[in-house]
Amino acid sequence: MSSLAVSDDHAATATQTKVIQPGWVRVLHWVNALAMILMIMSGWQIYNASPLFNFSFSSKFTLGGWLGGALLWHFAAMWLLMVNGLIYLALGFATGRFRRKLLPITPGGVISDTRAALTFKLSHNDLSKYNSVQKLLYAGIIAVGVVIVLSGLSMWKPVQLYWLSVLFGGYDVARYVHFTCMALIVAFLVIHVALAVLVPKSLRAMIIGR
Amino acid sequence: MGRLRKLLIPGVDKKLLVRDAIKTMPDPTRRRFLTTGASLGALTLLAGCDVVDSSSAEEMLKKVSKFNDAVQAWMFNPDALAPTFPESMITKPFPFNGYYDLDDAPEIDGKDWKLEVRGLVENKKPWTLDELYRLPEVKQVTRHICVEGWSAIGSWTGTPLRDFLKLVGADTRAKYVWFQCADKDGYNSPLDMRSALHPQTQMTFKFADEILPRAYGYPMKIRVPTKLGFKNPKYVISMEVTNDYKGGYWEDQGYNSFSGS
Repeated sequence: MSSLAVSDDHAATATQTKVIQPGWVRVLHWVNALAMILMIMSGWQIYNASPLFNFSFSSKFTLGGWLGGALLWHFAAMWLLMVNGLIYLALGFATGRFRRKLLPITPGGVISDTRAALTFKLSHNDLSKYNSVQKLLYAGIIAVGVVIVLSGLSMWKPVQLYWLSVLFGGYDVARYVHFTCMALIVAFLVIHVALAVLVPKSLRAMIIGR
Repeated sequence: MGRLRKLLIPGVDKKLLVRDAIKTMPDPTRRRFLTTGASLGALTLLAGCDVVDSSSAEEMLKKVSKFNDAVQAWMFNPDALAPTFPESMITKPFPFNGYYDLDDAPEIDGKDWKLEVRGLVENKKPWTLDELYRLPEVKQVTRHICVEGWSAIGSWTGTPLRDFLKLVGADTRAKYVWFQCADKDGYNSPLDMRSALHPQTQMTFKFADEILPRAYGYPMKIRVPTKLGFKNPKYVISMEVTNDYKGGYWEDQGYNSFSGS
């Protein structure tokens, strides 16, 4: 509420230099990007020590050099990811950004916007408003981020956080949950980066705010 | 033997095998080889700094690892019990795992074997296997979790280590119990005293109600269900109660020494 009132007070200046992405979003976004890359690359190296599926990740894309090094990276970068993520969640709720930007998400809106997106008819004139597909993907990836951290913690501390690993169906299942979340994040990343390249002004907004 | 070979875990980390080979290198070569490992990505991270020094990134990562230990010590209850499972959930066959083939696992004659007890203990008398077998035994079915990520549920029977430490008059204010093993290249591993005194930490003599087979560490393994697998030494030949951190086979190569789960 208060944040809305503030933006009304400054409506005159806001129209001149309309901030699409506020500073805290930009800082947290790029810190998160770095943390994610470190977590994914070291995570792939850890996966390679005992693959769940019939493939391994190429050492070109892994971090740490070997399992021991990758574990050090993973359990260091996790702080960056968790602290940054918690600040993001707290500010997202506290400022009302989540409510304003991500809600409502309706099935009808998602279907019609997906169709528009696939036929390249989706408008990007107003970057401050998310379409239904964006809302769904951004809300979804936040949920995936929460699940990947929780499943990771349950695998790291299956004795101390026994209840958490039970919640995921046991240690073994938690590994698959953790992997699946990683796969979803990588898929999101591919689409996210491709679209940022297609709509460069969205990338500019995430760097300089406008 | 051929049948047992099938028990080997598929997809063993080739890097881990390489590290075993590195052990045979002369020391300076080895160190250079090891430090390039953890720091591959460090260069990109520190490219903006004056110190584009691979070892400084490794030092930073080690500091975070120590910090993680401190956070865990503050957050968690060290006496929390590892979950136990019904016997129906035991993993069959239970995997053999080591940095060598099963064929190269120590072959110990139980009649000649003696457990050496050293350090801050009142009674340093070595123990024969028969003497150890006469101690009260407890059975537990717990999950063994490897640092590599795989896990398996097994049934282990033996004497709680804390009872044995009491029996030999160990100074339980000491920081570590350090185990040495008969594995090739001399496996060894330190266990912090708090974990050594954990009610589930066990001197294990039986697996699935049978005398511990060679594959799982005959004649004695230390089973610590609250720790990762590499902190569960097999083929143990001595234990030393000490205040000194004496390092360990994997710990020295970069695995976190606490590695509590």
